Amino acid sequence: CALHVICCNAGQFFSSGHTNNWAVLVCTSRFWFNYRHVANTLSVYRSVKRLGIPDSHIVLMLADDMACNHRNPKPATVFSHKNMELNVYGDDVEVDYRGYEVTVENFLRVLTGRLPPSTPRSKRLLSDDRSNILIYLTGHGGNGFLKFQDSEEISNVELADAFEQMWQKRRYNELLFIIDTCQGASMYERFYSPNIMALASSQVGEDSLSHQPDLAIGVHLMDRYTFYMLEFLEDIHPASKTNMNDLFKVCPKSQCVSTPGHRTDLFLRDPGSVLITDFFGSVRKVELTMDAINLTDPIKQMEENPVNGEEQKEVYSYADQLPVSEIIHQKPKQKDWHPPDGFILGLWTLILLVFFKTYGIKHLKHIF
Amino acid sequence: CVCACVCVCACACESGLCGTSAPETVVPSSVPQPKDDFQEELVIRPLHSGDIYASFQFRTLWDTDFMRENKVSHYRLFPKSLGQVISKFSVRELHISFTQGYWRTMQWGQPFIPSPPGAELWVWFQDSVTDVDATWKELTNVLSGIFCASLNFIDSTNTVQPSASFKPLGIGNVTDHSFLRYATLPREIVCTENLTPWKKLLPCGSKAGLAVLLKSEKLFHSSFHSQAVHIRSVCQDWQCKTTSWELRQTVNSVFDLHNSGQAKREWSLFKMFSRTLTEACPLASSSKLYIDITDNPQVSTSLLSQAVVLGDRRTFSVYDLTQETTFGSVRSLNLLIRWKSNEGEMLRPLLHAERYVAGYGLQTGEIHTLMYNNHPYRSFPVLLLDSVPWYLRLYIHTLSVTSKGKDNKPSYIHYEPSKDRVKPHLLEMLIQLPPNSVTEVTVQFERALLKWTEYPPDPNHGFYVGSSVISSLVPSTVAMDTNSTRERPLFSSFFPCKEESSYFVRIYTEPLLVNLPTPDFSMPYNVICLTCTVVAVGYGSLYNLLTRSFQIEEPNPGLAKRIANVIRKMRGVPPL
Repeated sequence: CALHVICCNAGQFFSSGHTNNWAVLVCTSRFWFNYRHVANTLSVYRSVKRLGIPDSHIVLMLADDMACNHRNPKPATVFSHKNMELNVYGDDVEVDYRGYEVTVENFLRVLTGRLPPSTPRSKRLLSDDRSNILIYLTGHGGNGFLKFQDSEEISNVELADAFEQMWQKRRYNELLFIIDTCQGASMYERFYSPNIMALASSQVGEDSLSHQPDLAIGVHLMDRYTFYMLEFLEDIHPASKTNMNDLFKVCPKSQCVSTPGHRTDLFLRDPGSVLITDFFGSVRKVELTMDAINLTDPIKQMEENPVNGEEQKEVYSYADQLPVSEIIHQKPKQKDWHPPDGFILGLWTLILLVFFKTYGIKHLKHIF
Repeated sequence: CVCACVCVCACACESGLCGTSAPETVVPSSVPQPKDDFQEELVIRPLHSGDIYASFQFRTLWDTDFMRENKVSHYRLFPKSLGQVISKFSVRELHISFTQGYWRTMQWGQPFIPSPPGAELWVWFQDSVTDVDATWKELTNVLSGIFCASLNFIDSTNTVQPSASFKPLGIGNVTDHSFLRYATLPREIVCTENLTPWKKLLPCGSKAGLAVLLKSEKLFHSSFHSQAVHIRSVCQDWQCKTTSWELRQTVNSVFDLHNSGQAKREWSLFKMFSRTLTEACPLASSSKLYIDITDNPQVSTSLLSQAVVLGDRRTFSVYDLTQETTFGSVRSLNLLIRWKSNEGEMLRPLLHAERYVAGYGLQTGEIHTLMYNNHPYRSFPVLLLDSVPWYLRLYIHTLSVTSKGKDNKPSYIHYEPSKDRVKPHLLEMLIQLPPNSVTEVTVQFERALLKWTEYPPDPNHGFYVGSSVISSLVPSTVAMDTNSTRERPLFSSFFPCKEESSYFVRIYTEPLLVNLPTPDFSMPYNVICLTCTVVAVGYGSLYNLLTRSFQIEEPNPGLAKRIANVIRKMRGVPPL
């Protein structure tokens, strides 16, 4: 009887097919008045970290620095609620791509894995075919494109192709794509790879609106869709069984003013059976065993070789920080003027000879 | 960012699951484990302007050899990420600093550890490295991952190889400058994401010891914040026959009187850091707190000590955090520092520098660097290092160095011209500053027009030129301590001291912000719109004129006339 229960539970444990979780969170806007986009991204980062995904599995890209911006009246903080209730920046944040590094090229390289060999691990998306990836984009967008840093754009076709590349290279098991921009639904229209679920904050032709300004900071703090999504995620804990259908209901038109959209036709499982923690959390599957394991005998400390008896004859010393005389003598002094060497003399002799040959020797007395 | 794993062996025995004998440790190598040592220290110095300067130093010493054949595998106090960087890239010395703000020498005096605004990285490689440039590029990428900074923007366009400055601060006889690389990123922002991995490199993290005071909300709300990592080899003892690796992590902060002090000349640890100290780091062999009381001698604490630092003898009140009695019965230490009065002269810094851009318009300009020697009768040499990006084309024939109105010829000049999009200008000069004078170095430049894809997303912000570095041996009023046998506090033993009468100092000037001629990026769009409109209107009209046939059309008669025509038709009469 107990064995049967364990079997069923084990079946439930391995139903979703993923073994690790990754998150790629991107804020694409620069300048102080786009504070809300950074706050959006950081609030998703905070939820994702709280639910268990470690920093080594999160690629966080922030296009501008709001926390230590000189216009920020409270440095090292980014708030999501007015009256400064919740600091989403926190004390333990690790941003992988920041400032000018957030470009379309870098974003696509992170997704497809085609990075230069010297890129450090924290800047890579090292996912495999058993990874569930959460991709969150926010910024300014339009019908079919998303603006990066006010100077370039990524189109929905490019994004769809990047996801297809990821599918071909087996870089994901399931992908959840969330976008919070104006006309966000246009960005997921062109996807054609399997196992992708997409959510957007507004339909084509609609604008996503911001939530509330804070009078002390002077800018809008969050966008509506992400604000209500953050409220929803604050109720989730690693063991909760809430599924995607609840996430689709977040921010109805009455709260958001725009109509959030979603797309599930490419996804194989039924959204009702997909847990929120499948993408936002990193729930480890634990396998219980009742078998006993024998440990090997403890290893004895090895015999220490006698320390080398010979003394170092060399005495070290610190380098001289400003050896003036050495520096001056590094450059040899400029040589004094010398008379011109053989080549110049020979050239002048040749010229004189030719002159006198042509015009006769009687002019010689004028020279000497 | 990579977490540094610290392995501290602890055995948890509960309900007899552990065996009766202690677990044996496995020692794979036959050499005894090298000794490592960790010390931490905080110096608090009230400044004359009412601000307060706090300097943290965390030092780890380790007698190991990273360069030997068997890789080092057991790390205890030394962070593994940095140890792997040292052995993989054959680093002899590494100095990296991240700074927000500019150090105001005239108001605050000299800092213990100087640093320029932005990020600065200089590295000495070992002689065994064959391709220094490739190793440098890989090293900057790895460090950008460790410190969460965009150090990958360091490339050949902002790296220089100084020929006389930046001699190694550690042990070394050979100083072949082809193994030295120096780069700065003046635009680099410092924020919590740089502090977080920095704190993870400490043995106790930010959980115990002095590092609990490092809270980002207070540290970044300051006039100046600088965090640095310095790795070098030092002598193990006075005989100096063996060396050990030293890792120093430093934080220097200046808290503003009006910003966080509420304009009262009264500071406490809680006001500065919003925390108090509760214990020393258990892994530290020494953990001390020094308060500079030279300007306020009547202090009622027991332990005093004197140290010669930056050419001046200062008195410090010392609190030893490894002693239980320091914390008292409340188990927490909070110090209150209150100014009695406003009197007292600050020791004027002997060397001081400024830099600015002169000129008008977007074509040409002039860089002026001023160096002040405030000593009344002694002159001393300074080494000025200038690294200017390629898009400011310097006219070196206009370089002039004048002191007190007269021409001052440098005894050593090294100039490497820039190459467009490849390398920057490098100018190094050794100048003797006459006593009590101002020396002005001017050079004219022309601004280049960049290609339209080379502009950053916010080109109207301007382009930064890194700080100039001025290294000098400044005469000291007090005899400096050249004896390296005694235990000296960390803040006075950073720069090695060879002679008693002078001390080494390094000053950084302001970075410059210049505007380059920027095109109007909306012009391609405007041109396309205008051209298409003109073509459409012009071609459309011409096509119509050529292909349309015209016929005369009777105008519609008015209503009255139409009715009259209808009546006339009925009558059989011809219409109007």
